[in-house]
Amino acid sequence: MSVLVRLRTPVVASVLGLAILALGLSALGYDAFSALTALARGAIGSWYAFTSATLVRAVPLIVIGLGIAISFRAGGLNIGAEGQFSAGAMAATAVGLVVGRWPGFVAIPVVLIAGTLAGAAWVVVPVVLRLRYRVQEVISTLLLNFVAEALVSFMVQGPLQESKRTYPQSDPIAVAARLPLLPGTRLHLGFALAVLLAGLVGIVFSRTIWGFRLKVVGAAPRAAEVTGRMDVDRTTALALLWSGAFAGLAGALEVAGVTYALFLNLSPGYGFTAIAVALIARLNPIGILFAGLGFGALEAGAAGMQRDAGVPAVAVSVVQATIIVVALLAVARARLARPEAAA
Amino acid sequence: MSGSIAPLVGFLAAAVRIGTPLLWAAAGEVLAERAGVINLSVEGSMLAGCLGAAIGAHASGNPWVGMAAGLVAGAIIALGFAAVAIWARTDQIIAGTALTMASVGVTGLIYRQATSGQVTGLSVITLEPLAIPGLHSIPLLGPVLFAQPLPTYLVGGAVLFIWFVLYRTTLGLRLRAAGEAAGAARAHGVRVRLIQTGAVVVGGALAGFGGATLVLAQVGTFAERMTAGRGFIAIAIVVLGRWHPAGIALAALLFGAATALQYVFQAMALAVPYQFFLMLPYLLALAALTGVAGRVRAPAGLGRTVD
Amino acid sequence: MSRVLELESISKRFGSVAALESVSFDLVLGEVHGLLGENGAGKSTLMHVAFGMIAADAGRVIVRGVPTRFRSPRDAKRLGVGMVHQHFTSVPEMTVAENLWLAAGRYGAEAGRRSDSSTVTTAGSRLRRRLWEGLAPNDIVSSLPVGAKQRLEILQALAVGGDILLLDEPTAVLAPQETSELLALLRDFANGGGAVVLITHKLTEVFSIVDRVTVLRAGRVQSTGPVAGQTVSGLTAAMVGTADREPTVETSDSLGPVLARVDGLAVRGREVVGVAAIEGNGQRDLLRRMAGVLPAAGAEVIEPVAFIPEDRSTEGLIPALSLTENWVLGLAGDARWRRGPLLDWRAAEARMDQVLGEYSIRAGGPQAPAGTLSGGNQQKLIFARALEAAPRVIVAENPTRGLDVHATWFVQERLRRAAAAGAAVVVYSSDLDEVLSLATRLVVISRRRVLQVPPGASREAIGAMMIGATS
Repeated sequence: MSVLVRLRTPVVASVLGLAILALGLSALGYDAFSALTALARGAIGSWYAFTSATLVRAVPLIVIGLGIAISFRAGGLNIGAEGQFSAGAMAATAVGLVVGRWPGFVAIPVVLIAGTLAGAAWVVVPVVLRLRYRVQEVISTLLLNFVAEALVSFMVQGPLQESKRTYPQSDPIAVAARLPLLPGTRLHLGFALAVLLAGLVGIVFSRTIWGFRLKVVGAAPRAAEVTGRMDVDRTTALALLWSGAFAGLAGALEVAGVTYALFLNLSPGYGFTAIAVALIARLNPIGILFAGLGFGALEAGAAGMQRDAGVPAVAVSVVQATIIVVALLAVARARLARPEAAA
Repeated sequence: MSGSIAPLVGFLAAAVRIGTPLLWAAAGEVLAERAGVINLSVEGSMLAGCLGAAIGAHASGNPWVGMAAGLVAGAIIALGFAAVAIWARTDQIIAGTALTMASVGVTGLIYRQATSGQVTGLSVITLEPLAIPGLHSIPLLGPVLFAQPLPTYLVGGAVLFIWFVLYRTTLGLRLRAAGEAAGAARAHGVRVRLIQTGAVVVGGALAGFGGATLVLAQVGTFAERMTAGRGFIAIAIVVLGRWHPAGIALAALLFGAATALQYVFQAMALAVPYQFFLMLPYLLALAALTGVAGRVRAPAGLGRTVD
Repeated sequence: MSRVLELESISKRFGSVAALESVSFDLVLGEVHGLLGENGAGKSTLMHVAFGMIAADAGRVIVRGVPTRFRSPRDAKRLGVGMVHQHFTSVPEMTVAENLWLAAGRYGAEAGRRSDSSTVTTAGSRLRRRLWEGLAPNDIVSSLPVGAKQRLEILQALAVGGDILLLDEPTAVLAPQETSELLALLRDFANGGGAVVLITHKLTEVFSIVDRVTVLRAGRVQSTGPVAGQTVSGLTAAMVGTADREPTVETSDSLGPVLARVDGLAVRGREVVGVAAIEGNGQRDLLRRMAGVLPAAGAEVIEPVAFIPEDRSTEGLIPALSLTENWVLGLAGDARWRRGPLLDWRAAEARMDQVLGEYSIRAGGPQAPAGTLSGGNQQKLIFARALEAAPRVIVAENPTRGLDVHATWFVQERLRRAAAAGAAVVVYSSDLDEVLSLATRLVVISRRRVLQVPPGASREAIGAMMIGATS
């Protein structure tokens, strides 16, 4: 496929999404033009906006999106990344509060690993339910999002609440556990890690037996079992755990690189937006890198839009939904257009 | 004596009241799933129903206009889902997630617009409990079942009606056949995708009605994302209720009770943080799925795209 | 004699393929009309036109002298045309009564308005009573034996009444005894004032009950006329074009050592063991355990084992993936493209490209999705992959189902050659004729037990063993 053809769906989807947003805003009496300009300014209006708003928001979207690509490839529909992100953030905060005396090169990895493990742990229950009781992970991961939300609420008003016991948030984590920043910006090291992971996952998908197994198990579980002699359950379970781990890592990166503390509603819906990121990139890791940037810009622009044009940021979820739908339609059209052999 | 059962009556009445919107949504979802469609946009339909109800009732001053608006709003989201999932033949689960996201965005936008310049939000006149003469004075059962707002009585009728349609009419036979074996149904002249669309849209309307009930018989106002996953719980209720109208009625009651428990425990001033009671319905849903999944059979064609 | 159904110069194209070219066909009351032809000859397509499932590009459908336009099977049913499809059209998890109502298009259509299943009448003509044998309105269809399911299909086809019955290979899934019962029923139906079109590719069925036969080849009528006076070789030639090729390899008399053993079925090198069984007697499990696809306690099998699953598009291949990916799917451990966890796709693709030539697989290249191949070429690919690892044991499940005559010949030839080269070959086929023609030794699996068939046993004796009627 040529680059132009590959880019057609994302471009069409984005333009359509923004057009629908503009139409909707006009219909509701907003000034669509100034809203969209505010959106663009917030995303790419300055070097600071680009690095400190767009790129910073792209990090969780890319990292979670990579995990979603792993699980979706293998046919595991993890739509509970939001909860796994929170689990990672909680663990990272808990660990980050106690590593003050450690050197940074130890403290940071420990915090990130804690978040990663917690994210994976948050998927253990759905995995067990899928393997032992055939409960669809779609529903179980979704339900656990709400449990995670309540658990964060408990943490910031209970065990992890700041020392004055006034606000629903944690104390800031140790300085040693915080990620280095690009000078003059709020862009943290997590962005480099996200790029690295995208490359790594790309190699795993295209060049390793493990990536091939994911693809086969997701595309045709019966063939994987009978002809490929693969353990379908095990492969899907591992893929789900990895996707949870990526979401958990994203939560840890957010705490260690951006907020330095645990808050209520830490994520503005990254877990769901990342589904759009992964789908529009057709689960391709390098595509996810760029889609993550695009959606990061959208999130950053949404904040700018709310600030400068008074349009609620939640409006961009209309754009995101449109992009998912267009991506779905493109995939369905490709499937229908493929000539099937006459039986 | 009546004093000693008062907390129990209060708890059970709350269970029924809280279970009512869930049952509306689950009743809608059972139609879709028996026709072979898993519709995750039921959450979006509920949310749209909430906003429709709030605006409709606020603007007209009549809660029943709000109920009707909620019904229509829920159906609109479902229509969008049907277009993408059934007619464009895309993955039902992703399409449902997307429509729910769209619903979150659209309701948020419209709500902000509707309340711009107001501080109070959309306050509405709620539906008062309607005691049924005679029946409501039956001990225990009376105040629990027969002193509820009208939508609670209506949902009982809706569930009975769905049972009748599914098991006693040609339409229901065709709908179930579409969900079990789309190919076989088509060979007998059933227009599978048309029936699925009908089931999904009616289901979305019912979910919207459930959202409207939440606003007009419980909360009294709209808030962003106020359904908080009730639509997803409704999907769990359908599984727990074994895809049968009677089953989902019991399961919805169970979830109503689980949610109502938090008020009981709060009243008892236990040392358990309230957040754990917030988790309870979701954890119960998980436990319930564990108990029934594998032992009950979903419609054989559930979630499968029909070409 | 009155013509009840006439098809005049019917043509139909699917994309670039002409499925039917100006085919004319007629059916008179009281006859069983055989429609004979290879897979892909257009038999099913022609009947789908007659049943309103497919709209013809050109030509007319005339029912009882009146030209009609069917927009859906409902229109056909209204005019008394019923069809039994190649695949079951009953809903497995519903009751017999519900399935009949579904077919009739109306709840409680069998008797009055009540939907209570006890009102489904099992009474009626002698024919209907025989169709109802072993069926009860409240039976769940998935629990019925295959023969009963097939009779339910006929009841469904007749659910709105009607006297024209089209059947698409109705005996493919049946045992010999069930087959002869079904054929007798059809004869009765025609004698009682009905008319039957029987699609088949089995000549024995044609000579046992058919009055007239029409042969289709590649979408054209080759011949039509009374069966009386026709010969097997004449009909075969009309169907296939060329006479059947004889096997080029003689299997050796000297058998090799036992290479596979599971549950009382032991297979030696250089033999082709044919497995005859009725669906649902555990033959698939047994074969899959021998092939190592299912966990096999107590199986002794010499590796490497190759397995040819019946269902090419869901088990044998992944239609959406490329040929190279499908190649690696079955050969992931091959050191030519596997180094530790890494896969060398270029090496795999190079080999795939060679194989396309060696087996003359017609494909757009190694990158083409497997779904773009014809059924015969898909099966060639599956065989090429299975033979690539030089298997000692080959287990095949209905390996020629749905293939045209040339691909069938290729498959049988490859199995014989592999046996001649020393492999142990086990073939299960639901078509007894295929088992008989291919196997050097025959076993029957009935109720999960392996029964040895004595050499020279008659078809009837084998059939009796299959349905478990041995004394």
